[in-house]
Amino acid sequence: MSATPVIEVTALRKSYGGRAVVDGVSFAVEEGEIFGILGPNGAGKTTTVECVEGLRVPDAGRVRVTGLDPVADHEQVARVLGAQLQESELQAKLTVREALELYAALYPHPADWRPLAERLGLTDKLTTRFAKLSGGQKQRLFIALALIGNPRVVVLDELTTGLDPRARRDTWQLIEDVRAGGVTVLLVTHFMEEAQRLCDRIAVIDQGKVAALDTPDGLIRRSAGSTVISFTPSAPLDDGDLNALPALTSVARKDGRITLSGTDETVNAVITLLARGHITAHQLRVSDATLDDAFLDLTEVAR
Amino acid sequence: MNTAVLRTELRLFRREPGALFWILAFPTLLLVILGSIPGFRHHQADLGGLRTIDVYVPVTVLLGMIVGALQSMPQTLTGYRERGILRRMSATPVRPSALLSAQMVVYGAAALASALLALTVGRLAFDVRLPKQAFGYLLALLLAILAALALGAVVSALSRTTKIAGAIGSAVFFPMMFCAGVWIPVNSMPDVMARIVGYTPFGAAAEALNRAAAGHWPGWTHLGVLVAWTVLLTVGASRWFRWE
Repeated sequence: MSATPVIEVTALRKSYGGRAVVDGVSFAVEEGEIFGILGPNGAGKTTTVECVEGLRVPDAGRVRVTGLDPVADHEQVARVLGAQLQESELQAKLTVREALELYAALYPHPADWRPLAERLGLTDKLTTRFAKLSGGQKQRLFIALALIGNPRVVVLDELTTGLDPRARRDTWQLIEDVRAGGVTVLLVTHFMEEAQRLCDRIAVIDQGKVAALDTPDGLIRRSAGSTVISFTPSAPLDDGDLNALPALTSVARKDGRITLSGTDETVNAVITLLARGHITAHQLRVSDATLDDAFLDLTEVAR
Repeated sequence: MNTAVLRTELRLFRREPGALFWILAFPTLLLVILGSIPGFRHHQADLGGLRTIDVYVPVTVLLGMIVGALQSMPQTLTGYRERGILRRMSATPVRPSALLSAQMVVYGAAALASALLALTVGRLAFDVRLPKQAFGYLLALLLAILAALALGAVVSALSRTTKIAGAIGSAVFFPMMFCAGVWIPVNSMPDVMARIVGYTPFGAAAEALNRAAAGHWPGWTHLGVLVAWTVLLTVGASRWFRWE
């Protein structure tokens, strides 16, 4: 890891109309990292990255991108930072090709837009006007525009919203390739699968504060019930026996099926319990909790 | 001024048939229609020996800039703000003000082209003499365009949505057309009215153009009125304009 982080956010605060939307957020993104910002709607994710992009002026705190202030040194920061914004459009009658050429002309050392357009599946849409593009095509064009300036950092806000599952997977691959090229990625998402697949580290933001900051695995392990066991017992099981299981975090019964969450220790104890009572566990499933579970757990605690 | 942004805006302007018609073609078309009325081609004593068509050339010269700066430009700019186009530009090394200045150059150039077309057609089709004080005429024309753009910028600044821009644009549009002399040419207005209208941007512009057309210097008062409006409106626009 390099000495200075590419993005440094320290005690960031931003309020609208007296309501603190971002309330003391701190994190640092290292060079070459894919860093995720995860959180429920209205948690302050977009406001946080807008401060990083220099589109908003923080009320308090410090933001640095490659050591520069995104507000005071806007032009220099914008040269190394590519942004894909939420809810922005282009001129309705601008074609895809014209948009790519225009945005390439705004940067000192732009990427060649042709391979970029090809990579994003826009080659047969080059003469189509923006207003005629589908939601997914618009989204892919904005990803292309975020990359066109050959940035050192890209900030992607709700990257795959509006994409179909196939385009989404292609886009994930693209982001991994971009990172492999040495670009640092800051990714805002509320999509767990995306965060789990792409991110090296994730900051979970809830109500304007960082609720947790860890690797995806770390977040899952940290959540209370990280392993889920479910089965249909061949004979009734006593509630008391179940509740006495070690490291148990929850028990649910539904239509004769029992779902327990806990840790590996809980799994071993359940097997022992069943064996002792000569009970068969039909359709036994043991699964690791997902980031989804961890996320709900973390954002519920903060509530 | 960013040339790539300017080139793009110019290209997009050419894709707006409505704006092209109302700004470039309509004023000259109006002149042609008025010129086809035989009575408008007779010299009239109460116009100082001029023909009605002579008096209407300066009016049609102003018409294109009024339509462009007060109707089209505010619609475009508020649309750009409403749909996050200015915001997207803010995330690049180029400031969104590049879009604003490109728009002004495009509508300014369109207004100038519209004026020159009206003058040319007036000369060729109806034998309206070209302005005798050509430099004064051009100066008055350029100052009028600047004032019109500044007024359009204020409308764009005050309108939060394209709908509001349309409403404010129209509310300002008709009084400005009146002042420019679309219904009664300024030199046919009663004295008091002409004097009041002379302090509005397009009234001053119309008087300045009339004087220059007749071979006089446009008059520092009229030019001064145009400059004062431009400065005042520009200050207002830059104070009130919001990028999002």
